[in-house]
Amino acid sequence: MPANRFNNFTNYGIGIGLRVPHYQHILSRKPTVDWFEIISENFMVDAGRPMQVLDSILEQYRVVQHGVAMYLGSTDALNREHLRKLKRLVKRTRTPWVSDHLCWGSVDGRYTHDLLPMPYTFAAAAHVAQRIREVRDFLEVPILVENVSSYAEFHASEMTEWEFLGEVIQKADAGILLDVNNIYVSSQNHNFNPYDYLNHIPHERVGQIHIAGHSKFEKYTLDTHDHPVLDPVWKMYARAIRLTGPTATLLEWDDRIPSFDEVHREALKAGKFCRNLLHEPVAV
Amino acid sequence: MNPLPCKSAEGIKKLRAIQRAFATGVTRPLTAGHHMQPKWVDGESTRKAVAAFIKPNDRLSSFDRLEIYNRQYWFRLLDCLYEDFPGLRTLIGDRRFHALSVAYLTKYPSNSYALRDLGNRLEKFLVREPRWVAPHPKLARDLVRLEWAHIVAFDGEARPPLEVDDLLDGRDPATLRLAFQPYLTFLACDYPVDDFILAVRRREEPQGEASNAVTEHASRKTAKKLKLPKPEKIWLAVHRSENSVWYKRLEPEAYLICAALQKGLPLQTACERAFRRRKADENFGAILQNWFAQWAAFGWFCRAE
Repeated sequence: MPANRFNNFTNYGIGIGLRVPHYQHILSRKPTVDWFEIISENFMVDAGRPMQVLDSILEQYRVVQHGVAMYLGSTDALNREHLRKLKRLVKRTRTPWVSDHLCWGSVDGRYTHDLLPMPYTFAAAAHVAQRIREVRDFLEVPILVENVSSYAEFHASEMTEWEFLGEVIQKADAGILLDVNNIYVSSQNHNFNPYDYLNHIPHERVGQIHIAGHSKFEKYTLDTHDHPVLDPVWKMYARAIRLTGPTATLLEWDDRIPSFDEVHREALKAGKFCRNLLHEPVAV
Repeated sequence: MNPLPCKSAEGIKKLRAIQRAFATGVTRPLTAGHHMQPKWVDGESTRKAVAAFIKPNDRLSSFDRLEIYNRQYWFRLLDCLYEDFPGLRTLIGDRRFHALSVAYLTKYPSNSYALRDLGNRLEKFLVREPRWVAPHPKLARDLVRLEWAHIVAFDGEARPPLEVDDLLDGRDPATLRLAFQPYLTFLACDYPVDDFILAVRRREEPQGEASNAVTEHASRKTAKKLKLPKPEKIWLAVHRSENSVWYKRLEPEAYLICAALQKGLPLQTACERAFRRRKADENFGAILQNWFAQWAAFGWFCRAE
């Protein structure tokens, strides 16, 4: 299961996000890292320093592209300029898959630069699935769709979030980038059992997993990516890989970013869960 | 799961209506206390409008839930402008810059998937609404033009450069049109804003290498008062060399030639116009040769598309 058609039959191990404060460390010390995830939009520029850094990274490391602005759930037409630039980057990085979020963020040509939640309706699921197919056909790489963290729910919803995710990816024949932290955050904000979510998604379609830190406030939980991964999320991660098998996993740390070594150490904790899983006695 | 019967077009129409309502709430300016506005766009209660499409939970009302997104929107976008326009921010101060940014983004919401493009209409906004930068409208405009040119130079497209020998290539200067690299901007300024912005940037922490589009937040140091520049005409090329952005001062005639070429005028016309006012005894030929050799060495010229 770890290597499947949704992650292009790869088995990448434990990666971390490529972030600006770590550039110098990575380029000068060349630490051993299974792979880096880049935010596609940060490198969908025409030239200059970002591309110079990316090319240096590509000489040494495997890179996977993760997008934040395709807005698969938007009702605006797909942005062709965005897709053309994305495809150019796909060719450059040779990413085995491309991921983006199950969300929307623009309407009537105006961009919010946020990952906004969808109403979970059958019509919305069909609409998103159709767009995912169009994107995949254009980019010619597998697409993984990531569940977002959310703070709002809609009266219009006709199903749970995990049913919606399942509906979308079955219709699109796409894979899942399972963000375990996002499930936890949303479960706190919407009063559901996160293990119901984990148990009911199509596990065979999970091509990658995200883990991250979050922040608890009095009345809600925010997906802040500025902490180490918290215990409830590690427990969910252990459950997730039991269901999916050891899967390419990435730690997201996007704010108050500590040293490279600290981020990498935190990410490598995920490897311990995968190793434990592999060495568990098999029932006969 | 058995899908409920639904008419797809009707469903998408409803989805669009929800997204429009949500975006309306998200993008409306916050109150002074950083809350969502109590009145909706139609003057009715925001609580009532939002409750129509967002569910409450046991801890938060519909209003509270949308407010989380409303705040995140403004904090994210204001942060981005804060980082992209340090010169303008230093000129008018953080408080006025904040008010200006809110007014700008309200008038010109983002029309690009890239946060890097957020300030692409700030100059236009200031020309139309100079009150936000009074009493320094000209200086503010110069700063914004240079700071936007900096963003373009940082990661704008580069085409294969032409060597100096390729420029003429046996063609008639009377009809020859030369193209410049897309990342290059030529500016005529009323103030020496290059020195001012360099001073501002030196005092602020380095932002890292990867553009304004990245999500990392640099720490903000309280800037000491910088001396504002006095009026002085300068002509600049904002360019990129070895992946670093440079501000190069130009002779006024050099600027006129570059600006004319960039507008698509033939080489001969551009040079004649530029040197119209120079004394006849100057060695125009040698000066021109020197300039073009230098510009070609910078890789400024490329083939027109």
